[in-house]
Amino acid sequence: MRRLLNGILPPVIVLIATIIIAEVLIRALGIAEYLLPRPTAVFKVFHEQYPDLLRSLWTTAEAALIGFGCSAVFGLLIALFLSTSRLVQRAFYPYTVFFQTVPVVAIAPLLVIWFDAGLKAVAICAFIVSVFPVIANSLAGLLSTEPALRDMFRLYGAGWWATMWKLKLPSALPNIVTGLRIAAGLAVIGTIVGEFVAGVLDVNPGLGIKVIEAKKYGQTDVVFAAVLTASLLGLLMLAAVNFLGWLLLRRWHASEQG
Amino acid sequence: MHESSSPGTLGSAAISLRGVSRIFDGGVEAVRAMDLDVAAGEFVALIGPSGCGKSTLLRIIAGLDRATCGTVAIAPAAPLAFVFQDAHLLPWRNVLRNVTLPLELAGMEKTRRIERAMTAIEQVGLADAIKRYPAQLSGGMRMRVSLARALVTDPGLLLLDEPFAALDEITRQQLDEQLRELWARRKMTVLFVTHSINEATFLADRAIVFTRRPARIVIDHRLDLPPKRMSVLRAEPTFARQTGILLEALQRGNT
Repeated sequence: MRRLLNGILPPVIVLIATIIIAEVLIRALGIAEYLLPRPTAVFKVFHEQYPDLLRSLWTTAEAALIGFGCSAVFGLLIALFLSTSRLVQRAFYPYTVFFQTVPVVAIAPLLVIWFDAGLKAVAICAFIVSVFPVIANSLAGLLSTEPALRDMFRLYGAGWWATMWKLKLPSALPNIVTGLRIAAGLAVIGTIVGEFVAGVLDVNPGLGIKVIEAKKYGQTDVVFAAVLTASLLGLLMLAAVNFLGWLLLRRWHASEQG
Repeated sequence: MHESSSPGTLGSAAISLRGVSRIFDGGVEAVRAMDLDVAAGEFVALIGPSGCGKSTLLRIIAGLDRATCGTVAIAPAAPLAFVFQDAHLLPWRNVLRNVTLPLELAGMEKTRRIERAMTAIEQVGLADAIKRYPAQLSGGMRMRVSLARALVTDPGLLLLDEPFAALDEITRQQLDEQLRELWARRKMTVLFVTHSINEATFLADRAIVFTRRPARIVIDHRLDLPPKRMSVLRAEPTFARQTGILLEALQRGNT
C-alpha cells in the first residue's frame, strides 16, 4: 500500500498542480477560449459530452487494438522468418524498414481507394505505424541467444522447433515486450492520423474525426477533450502491455525485479 | 556420435585422438597434432594457460567444433554431457525444470524425467531449492544445478570446461570434493579443463599439461595420490610434490 502510494502520489500531485497553474494563468492573462481553453472548460466538455466521447473512444480503440494486434502477430512472425538465416535477413530486412519510413498520411489515401474509408483502412494505418518496432526488437532478441545455450541445445540433440520454442523465443521475450511497448503508443498515433484521412463521420466518429470536426467549429475545448481521451487510450494500452510483460518476466528478468 | 571411426582404432579407450589439429579461419592455430587416449572411467584434468586451446580441444571432443585434420573417436556407448564455464541455466525455468531439460529434449515422458531429475538434484544437495529460479541462487548453487543437469542423462563421458573458475575458493573446493565423490560413485569418464594446478591435482588421476597456443602436451602425468580424496589432502607433502611436478611442466611449456 505504501509502495503504491509512493508510486502514484508524485505524478498525481504534478498533474493537479499543472491544472491549477494553467487555470490561473489562462484567467490572469485573459487568453481567448478558442485559442486555449481553461482546464475547467475542458472538464465541462468531459462532463457534458462523455457519452459522445466514450463512443468516439470505442471507435478509435477498436481500430487501434486491431492495428496493434496485427503488429504483434505479424511483427513477431516476420521477425521469426527473418531470424531463420543470414541470407533471408539480408534479402528481406531492408524492406521491413519501409514500414518505418513510409509517411502514413501519404499512403492513407491509397488505403481509402483500396478498402474504402472506415475501420479497415484506419486499422491498417495503425498497423503500418506500429509494426516496425515489433519486428526490429523481436529480431534483435531472437538473434542474441546465448551461444553456450545454443551449444547445449545442439549437444542434447534439440531440433529446430524445440530450439525455437524452448530457447530462442523465451530468451527473446524481454525484447519482444519492449517492441510491443513502443508499438502500443504508436498504434494510437497511427489510428488518429489514419482517421484524419480515412475516417468516416457517422454516429460514432473516431477521436481523430472528432478533433477535425470540433476544430472546424472553433470548439477548442472539445479538441482538447478528444486529444486527452486519445492519450488516455495510449496510456491504457501501454499499461496493458506492461502488465503482460510483468506476468511473463517477473520471475526471471532483471527488468521486472525491483 | 560425430566422426565415429571404426571401433578398431578405439580399443578399450573412451576417447582416442590421433593427430588432431585445429586452425581457425583467421589462421590462429589452437591445437597442433594432438594424440590422446583416455580410458573408460578415467578422471583426467587438462591444464594449460588461458587461451591455450584446451577449451577448443574439449569442444572438438564434444562435437561442438571440428578438427581441421586428424581423427576423433568417442566410444559410442557413452552419452556425453558438457558443463560450461558459467552455469548457463535457462533463467525462465526453475531449478527442477532446468535439470529436466536434457531429458525433455530427448523426449522422455514427464513423470520419469522428474524422478530422474530429483535424483540428480539430491546428489548435488539442492533438494530444497527445486522451485527457485536461477536469479534467486548463489553462483555456487547455480553451478550445482548445472552439474545436476549434466548428470541427469547418466553420461558415460562428462566434459567440464573450467566450471568452477568464477567461484570463490571455499565453494570451489566444496564442489571439487563433491564432483570427485560423484565420479567415484558413478562409473563415468571425466575430462576436466582447468587452469588451476591445485584443482587438477585434487580432482584427477591423470593430469595433462599443455603448452601455450597451439596446445601440445608437455607432460601426461599419472598423479601419485590415494583414490579417496579428503580435503586435508591439500595440506599434505605428497600433494605438494604432485603440484610441484605439474607446476614445473606448466612453466616449461610456457617458455
